[in-house]
Amino acid sequence: MMNYLSLHSEPLRLVLFLAGLMAFVGLNAAYLVWVERKGAGRFQRRPGPTEAGPAGLLQPIADALKLLSKQLIVPDGVDRTLFRVAPLLMMSPAMISLAVIPWGQSLAARNINLGLLMIFAFGSINVMAIMLGGWSSRNKYAIISAARVVSQNVAYEIPVLLVVITTILVTGTMNLNEIVANQAGPFWKWYIFRWDLNPLAPVTFLIFYICMLAETNRAPFDMAEAESELVAGAYTEYSGMGFGVFFMAEYANILLGCSLATVLFLGGWQSPIGILPGVFWFLIKLYFLVFSVIWVRWTFPRTQFYGLLNLSWKILIPVSLFTLILSSALVKL
Amino acid sequence: MIAGESKLAAEVLGARAPQVGEVPSASGRETFVINLGPQHPATHGVLRVKLEMDGEYVVRAEPVCGYIHRMHEKMGENRTYAQFLPNTSRIDYLSAMTYTHAFVGAVERGLKLQVPPRAEYIRVITSELNRISSHLVWWGAFLLDLGGFTPLLYAFDDRELILDLLEGICGARLTYCYYRIGGLYNDVDDTFIEGTRAFIAHFRPRLKMYRQLVTENVIFRKRLLGIGPISAEMCRRYGATGPVIRGSGVAYDVRRLEPYSVYPQFDFEIPTFSESDSMARYLVRMEEMAQSLRIIEQALDKLPAGPVMAEKVPRVLKLPAGDYCYAVEAARGRFMVRLVSDNKEIPYRVKLRTPCLSNLSLYEEASRGMLLPDALALMGSLDLVIPDIDR
Repeated sequence: MMNYLSLHSEPLRLVLFLAGLMAFVGLNAAYLVWVERKGAGRFQRRPGPTEAGPAGLLQPIADALKLLSKQLIVPDGVDRTLFRVAPLLMMSPAMISLAVIPWGQSLAARNINLGLLMIFAFGSINVMAIMLGGWSSRNKYAIISAARVVSQNVAYEIPVLLVVITTILVTGTMNLNEIVANQAGPFWKWYIFRWDLNPLAPVTFLIFYICMLAETNRAPFDMAEAESELVAGAYTEYSGMGFGVFFMAEYANILLGCSLATVLFLGGWQSPIGILPGVFWFLIKLYFLVFSVIWVRWTFPRTQFYGLLNLSWKILIPVSLFTLILSSALVKL
Repeated sequence: MIAGESKLAAEVLGARAPQVGEVPSASGRETFVINLGPQHPATHGVLRVKLEMDGEYVVRAEPVCGYIHRMHEKMGENRTYAQFLPNTSRIDYLSAMTYTHAFVGAVERGLKLQVPPRAEYIRVITSELNRISSHLVWWGAFLLDLGGFTPLLYAFDDRELILDLLEGICGARLTYCYYRIGGLYNDVDDTFIEGTRAFIAHFRPRLKMYRQLVTENVIFRKRLLGIGPISAEMCRRYGATGPVIRGSGVAYDVRRLEPYSVYPQFDFEIPTFSESDSMARYLVRMEEMAQSLRIIEQALDKLPAGPVMAEKVPRVLKLPAGDYCYAVEAARGRFMVRLVSDNKEIPYRVKLRTPCLSNLSLYEEASRGMLLPDALALMGSLDLVIPDIDR
């Protein structure tokens, strides 16, 4: 299908892809909520949603309808523009970044050479979105949450970038499609298992995974919306679809983080046994990671804030720096 | 603010703690006030805490009580002893059995009633079952405070078994009125006894699982170890009892020190931990559940036959003029009922000494200088039940 489209006009292809991505993100955000609730139910010895539709499958639609029909209350005294812009500012970078993710061999909205750089350029915007949302809400809990989000993301941006630089050193390219192409072959060609290029490759993956949890504000690092401390953190004052968009953006960001982990470490669309199309394998790996994120959330209690910062500054950053030096030495040799 | 307090605050914060409402000077630290509650997920009820914060550090926490004040003591002075009985199970709704025990105990003391041994044994069994169910709620809610949602549902799963057992004998699941003045509402049947034995067999491995899954979890331990120390001296000043004082290394337990009912006949330990941090209080309660199982097991083995109601309970309860006290070890500490009678059907004065009020009053001093999440973990480790504070 893609080859057929690429014969025709490039703008048409792009528009189709962007529409497809939006639908994909929207559908995923809605149904990841269902997966999360159903999964949490199973972890907690209860059935989860069962009422709306078979196995509660219509629950996300019912939720969305409810949120859409609610009024978006803008409290007195808030910065109205920023208050309304913040949820969109959180959603759009994730959407844009997904455009460079290669879903299959020739299935990427934009195959650009600086794909990785672009993702990290946009990746930091959602921090600003939460910060603006918290700040403009004019609520003390929201402001504490905004301050937490900033220091948390500054702390975790560094190890994640060090890890990504290590990967770039090893692959020699920032083009995500080429990074995946370099991992062709059986599964020990994936970067998570390439000890010959980066002796600490699995550790690198682990650091990336932890940072991804922290950057998407997922438990056990959910300082931003620590409900037993800050009610709902930066989202306290949001109602209706304002809250809903924040909620969807959280899942869109998880989706982005997990697809990036799949591309960088798990061989992207490469099939480990050489059968079935690439997009199938990509989605399998992606949803395995997404499931593990949900699993972690319902298993661990929340960390303490200084524990979170200590983990980054005292363990993750030194280890990832060491990995970087080690693999650059190996590249030089 | 008294002088000693501000001196302590200065030690903790390295500066003079400002008073609530004080406008900070240009050179002084700037603080802001957060109203935690009365509707906040961490307070588990309608407790309001006025937190004066410096960033995320608590400068001063001022609990504001009274949102669920129901005048239980005054109600007691307006109705007969039998009419007041159901009120006692609504003070601490999680540990209703022990509270009813204290009230019927005080009346029985005044009437010099001899309660049949079978009734006392069943009171011990049901009280200890109630203690376990109360600790299970605390355990789940405490982990909820720490951001772990899943344990709550495991705890409620086990608690459900206890509630079913108690429902089978008295019809109520939460606010029991099972103990009556002079004995019990009715006798237990074989279903209850077998069910309780089955519960013990079920719950022992569960406790082990909780220890492995939660107590040994590294994030959990980091959140609690060394956080929120409460010294034995502070407990003494504020009158804190129950797991709070036992977590400070003092083996104070009413069941052992002021024995009541048939507790002296059982072999059980009073778990104490001298670390006096939140972890110590956590471990005390976890160990207490195991000890309660031991007591129930022994009571079931020794359960005597016979009636469950004293023979000569007067139709009209009239306590001879005097002052009667009865203290019990409730799930949260020492609960005492004091009845002052002037030889009428209605008591002259009812005084309820509830553990949570004392346990809460040390919060202001103990939370000073702590980070907000740690302060909330400390509040969770005190195991507050708000109706018990306000009563």
